[in-house]
Amino acid sequence: MSDLINPTKITTSSRKLWSFHGGVHPPFHKDDSNTLAIKSAGIPDKLVLPLRQHIGIDAEPCVSVGDKVFKGQLIAKHNHHVDQQDFSANIHAPTSGKITAIEEHSIPHPSGLLANCIILKTDGEDEQSESHKLAPFLDYKNTKAEEIIERIEQAGIVGLGGAVFPTAVKLAGSRKTQIKTLIINGAECEPYITCDDLLMREKSAEIITGIEILLHLLNAKECLIGIEDNKPEAIEMVRSACKHNHHIEVVSIPAIYPSGGEKQLIQILTGKEIPAGGLPLDLGFLGQNIGTVYSIYQAVIEGAPLISRIITVTGNGILHPQNYEVLIGTSFAYLATQAGGTTKMADHLIMGGPMMGFTLDDDDIPVVKASNCALFTSSTALRESNSAFSTQSTMPCIRCGKCMDVCPAKLLPQQLYWHIRAKDLEKVQEHNLKDCIECGCCNYVCPSHIPLVDYYRFAKVEIRDQKIAQEKADLSRERHEFLLFRKERDKRERDEKRAAHKAALQKKKADIAKKKSESGEDDSSDNTKADAIKQAMERAKAKKQARDESANKSYKKEDDAS
Amino acid sequence: MSILSAALILVGLALFFGLVLGYASVRFKVEGDPLADQVDSILPQTQCGQCTFPGCRPYAEAIAKGEAPINQCPPGGETTMLALADLLDVEPLALNEELEPAAELPEVAIIIEKDCIGCTLCIQACPVDAIVGSAKHMHTVIESECTGCELCIPPCPVDCIIMRPLDTTIDNWKWKQPISTENTYPLIPMPLDSELNDKGLGS
Repeated sequence: MSDLINPTKITTSSRKLWSFHGGVHPPFHKDDSNTLAIKSAGIPDKLVLPLRQHIGIDAEPCVSVGDKVFKGQLIAKHNHHVDQQDFSANIHAPTSGKITAIEEHSIPHPSGLLANCIILKTDGEDEQSESHKLAPFLDYKNTKAEEIIERIEQAGIVGLGGAVFPTAVKLAGSRKTQIKTLIINGAECEPYITCDDLLMREKSAEIITGIEILLHLLNAKECLIGIEDNKPEAIEMVRSACKHNHHIEVVSIPAIYPSGGEKQLIQILTGKEIPAGGLPLDLGFLGQNIGTVYSIYQAVIEGAPLISRIITVTGNGILHPQNYEVLIGTSFAYLATQAGGTTKMADHLIMGGPMMGFTLDDDDIPVVKASNCALFTSSTALRESNSAFSTQSTMPCIRCGKCMDVCPAKLLPQQLYWHIRAKDLEKVQEHNLKDCIECGCCNYVCPSHIPLVDYYRFAKVEIRDQKIAQEKADLSRERHEFLLFRKERDKRERDEKRAAHKAALQKKKADIAKKKSESGEDDSSDNTKADAIKQAMERAKAKKQARDESANKSYKKEDDAS
Repeated sequence: MSILSAALILVGLALFFGLVLGYASVRFKVEGDPLADQVDSILPQTQCGQCTFPGCRPYAEAIAKGEAPINQCPPGGETTMLALADLLDVEPLALNEELEPAAELPEVAIIIEKDCIGCTLCIQACPVDAIVGSAKHMHTVIESECTGCELCIPPCPVDCIIMRPLDTTIDNWKWKQPISTENTYPLIPMPLDSELNDKGLGS
């Protein structure tokens, strides 16, 4: 255990802090968007709601085209089979309106492919119906944990930190072991993004209530809220909101990217390193994001499903960067007009931050539960934090080892890079590629501008595909072998049947012969029979001859007549 | 005397180990050919016969016996060839160019159902039972089971089977391999064409 504890301690507050390996300090650009309060983005004309806004499989639509829906009405139901590792989450109508289509539409995904979406034409009334409301659990302390988890499931809550894992599934899994410490992630280490910062400033009391709900249902005694020290207002607000509860502690942590990685944050706060391939759960930790906690508060205390989220609209390509409360399904184009429109500098639209986000090719793409930031930016500004967006030519790897120094997962990025280029996926796996969190620190420091993370993403998919291909090959082998076996068996059965039939015939013959010999008849009877046949044949022959002769005669007669 | 006892001891030991080994070879006899099994586990099991052997297993057995080269499997491509080279500890070979190269994307057979006459010939040709149907009834391919071997295409009397690449969806979409530009950098700076022209060296 002792080697899991990092000896380098940092002392900033009363609490002892640790540090994780590596990390970088990219330009954070938080001031661009954190000076103004959260503003509602309003109701756009059209909302596009992808059926899969979570990790797992599509939710099942439970409305049809032409239906009128109310705000908060369930429009797609989760249909997960937890034992089969198939998860999904409920999706609700963010406002009232009419379902105009259930069809394929572009979604925020690095592939730019289309996926099934429910298209909602809004009516601007924002009408709610009593029958679709969830009853609030005001007295959550006397409500059963199962009921609260069911509510979280009903409300369609997923992890809003980026992983979008269905929260109810995570909580239900966590209840199977005793959670020692609940870790609330308010680090928000990615450059440009300030949505959690503003949420903590404005909704600190609600967030603390959300945490208390979680502590109640996990039966945990300790909660640590990790917030980077570049958000002093948020720290102040949350600290004052949780004064009454000595189980909850706000910890100011030094700003370093990626302190907001789940494993990294746990290491900073507790000094415990999550083993490779393991989960925080194994060490008695559970991580939740600030946004998720706020959604849990809304679902439990207000009975409101997850229909909107806070999103940072920022970058040097947008006129008035600000945080917006946005209905799920709003298009990025609509958001841009709300924020004053784009400038000439807007070369790229990135969902997420510059380190881990991905480019969207089009702005007619909806905001989903996972969208925390819409970054409209120039290529030049991006280049400073991520070489994958750089237009500069890639230079050869000089094995300087800088990437190795900054890797928060303690991997060997340059080694992985070489093995991936050689397509030696076995070696890549030996170097624990699966522990890569794709944080982009290696990209950031690489002096040769090699888009290292692109290589890792490529290799991860390649490894997955090989596994799938192997499974398919095994299945094909099994089916082919069964086919051969079946053909063999059919042939054998046919042969056996034929042999049995033959044997039966012979037996019958033998039986008859036996019977005859037993009943005393001898060969003479056979002879008489044969004689009879002979005589009959002779009679037939004579008859035929007679007929032929008479026929010949008649021909002759005819000939004579003519 | 000492020589005699030493010889006796050695003979005794030889007999003892001989018996142990003899027993072991009978008791722990391995059925089948373990090397062929290993080779077979690497092959893609399309059962397409492009290697000129009637299926993956016969090819695996031929490789294990050293009767066939390791570069005869187009569906497996370079990956399979490298894995075989690794397993058998032989030099990698370029894929046999005489064989038809595999499609870039995995393909599956699709029966144009309105043209199918229900002759069952494709069903008999399919090496993995991936076609369902019965006489005088329409047949169809089970997509998840189809290996893309194309063996069902020649027997079809009405040419109603086509090969189609699998659709790319969010689930099977892949990140592209980043282009390694560094290979294109010459180690020694080369003069540009325009410079050559200036000096009158260009054509």
